[in-house]
Amino acid sequence: MILIAAEHANGKLSRSTYEIVTCARELGREGPIAILILGKDVVGAAAEAALVADQVLVADRAQFAQYDAELWSAAVAQIASEGEAHTVLIGGSRSGREYSPRVAVRLDAALLEDVTSLRFAKDAVSAQHYTYLARVTEKIETPAKTIVATVKPGSFAAAAPGSNHAEQFDVDLNLPERRVKVIGRSLEKTARISLSEADIVVAGGRGVGSADGFTKLVEGLADQLGAAVGATRAIVDAGWRPYSEQVGQTGKTVQPKAYIAIGISGAVQHLSGMSKSKIIVAINKDGDAPIFKVADYGIVGDVQQIVPALIDGLRK
Amino acid sequence: MMTLIRQVLDAEQSVRTRDGAVDLANSKLVMDTMDEYGLEEALRLREGGIDAEVIAVGVGPARLREALRTALAMGADRAVHVETEIALDPIALSKVVAEIARQEQAELILCGGQQADWDSQALGAATAERLNWPQVTWTSALSLQDSTLTGKHDVDEGREEFSVALPAVITTQQGLNDPRYPTLPNILKAKKKELRSETLEQFQVQPMVKITGEEIQVKERLRKILDGKDAAAAATELLHLLRDEARVIA
Ligand SMILES: Cc1cc2nc3c(=O)[nH]c(=O)nc-3n(C[C@H](O)[C@H](O)[C@H](O)COP(=O)(O)OP(=O)(O)OC[C@H]3O[C@@H](n4cnc5c(N)ncnc54)[C@H](O)[C@@H]3O)c2cc1C
Ligand SMILES: Nc1ncnc2c1ncn2[C@@H]1O[C@H](COP(=O)(O)O)[C@@H](O)[C@H]1O
Repeated sequence: MILIAAEHANGKLSRSTYEIVTCARELGREGPIAILILGKDVVGAAAEAALVADQVLVADRAQFAQYDAELWSAAVAQIASEGEAHTVLIGGSRSGREYSPRVAVRLDAALLEDVTSLRFAKDAVSAQHYTYLARVTEKIETPAKTIVATVKPGSFAAAAPGSNHAEQFDVDLNLPERRVKVIGRSLEKTARISLSEADIVVAGGRGVGSADGFTKLVEGLADQLGAAVGATRAIVDAGWRPYSEQVGQTGKTVQPKAYIAIGISGAVQHLSGMSKSKIIVAINKDGDAPIFKVADYGIVGDVQQIVPALIDGLRK
Repeated sequence: MMTLIRQVLDAEQSVRTRDGAVDLANSKLVMDTMDEYGLEEALRLREGGIDAEVIAVGVGPARLREALRTALAMGADRAVHVETEIALDPIALSKVVAEIARQEQAELILCGGQQADWDSQALGAATAERLNWPQVTWTSALSLQDSTLTGKHDVDEGREEFSVALPAVITTQQGLNDPRYPTLPNILKAKKKELRSETLEQFQVQPMVKITGEEIQVKERLRKILDGKDAAAAATELLHLLRDEARVIA
């Protein structure tokens, strides 16, 4: 069995789950594809999963209303061993990458992190992923019988729902107590399309001058383009923007069709989160800024003048 | 308190490959910044009155001793170096780290949130699982009182405040603190501190994942950079390129 731990939100499967289904179908390793859904009020997500999987395993309970690494890893490992899964696929989100190592240890499995490709052949699983702050493409291989892999978002096409209706099963789980207590949370909701799902990302850095400058320039341009909004660490640290918008080594990784960098210098830690974008556009007043080395298009100029002109041009 | 130390390529340096593998032989290596945050945090806890030793632990080649010496110069009390030229994947490595934690009776392990060489986020969580400890990743603030850690950390869609009783594994990230630089007197003092060497054999671990190739794939970029002195003209030209050449906007 290939076990997929689904990512879902608001009763719907996330795009990443459909991408993982494609990864599973192309793996070249036999066995049914089962999707496991841990959560609360997941009827909708389970119904969607039934259209792309051979089996849907559901654990719909209050305990799963909020993510916890120990609960998730215990649940996934238990289902994987009961189902004798040889491959466990988990989303390459922050939480997926956080709990997957625990699953691998529990299953005595090899862990392949953030893979962009995954193939089974000649009794070994080989994969590719990025290393050295996403500057190097590394090929890896493991002879381990059981593998756990996290799948990098955006690396596989989303599977199209078929006409099959897979059977759904409720699962019994032995779960540990939560040990990490969440005593407060500030979750940032945005009305915009999310960073990981957007075709266009408009991102701002310190060059936008202020939080207001960001609103006017970056959000202003994003509104015209129906784009998601991203930020550098520098301005997240300055409190201009929420952390959920941060792109880079310690933020999100994106690979949209177009990434528009406004007043961003292009430090390696930032590039590591966006350098795989199809087209990169940079606007910066310093022609020597490293961002221009990775740009397809750019303007050397003052963002305070260029960006309003772009917004104007789009309005017309 | 145990802090894990990894030695990586200085972020300012470019990566070189040779014969399908990253070649670090002539590159400047430094302590992973992520590990500096962990060490700094342990030092601050000790200075804040926590009565515990700070032990820096590293698994890797002979060169790694430099980074462990730096850790001692920053203020770690002693260091343990498990010397090996074998590249252990994080799941295998966690076995070594967990075993040392048991031997040293550690109650808190600080580990980098993401390694700057392998881009791996797995070591902290895998170690926690082996020890059956809880973990908190990507912490941006930390305090310790009566064996309970409280702090803030980043999650998929925002930030959480948490509390957890020790023992625990904490992974770090930029912004947790501002790591100190080793001063000259401390560098001299560090020379007298214990840096114990161990061999890998006793831990009986084998890598589970093999690296079969490393390549730098630089995507060729068009680099059509316009002069923006005339903002309106440059904007018009850029929109034209994005629409009609790149076809990324309607
Ligand atoms: C361990 C670690 C992890 C990190 N993780 C991340 C991460 O995840 N994401 C991230 O982004 N960073 C990260 N960083 C920080 C990174 O090194 C940079 O400091 C940061 O990306 C810089 O942000 P910036 O481009 O907004 O600011 P700056 O580097 O200050 O660049 C501002 C740019 O704006 C330009 N500018 C200024 N005014 C104007 C104007 N009026 N018009 C046009 N251009 C203008 C300047 O020429 C400059 O190039 C990390 C660092 C470390 C050590
Ligand atoms: N367990 C480890 N801990 C620290 N460094 C390591 C470890 N394993 C390998 N390295 C080093 O990491 C670098 C990258 O290894 P490689 O990608 O195999 O060439 C080399 O300098 C290795 O020696």
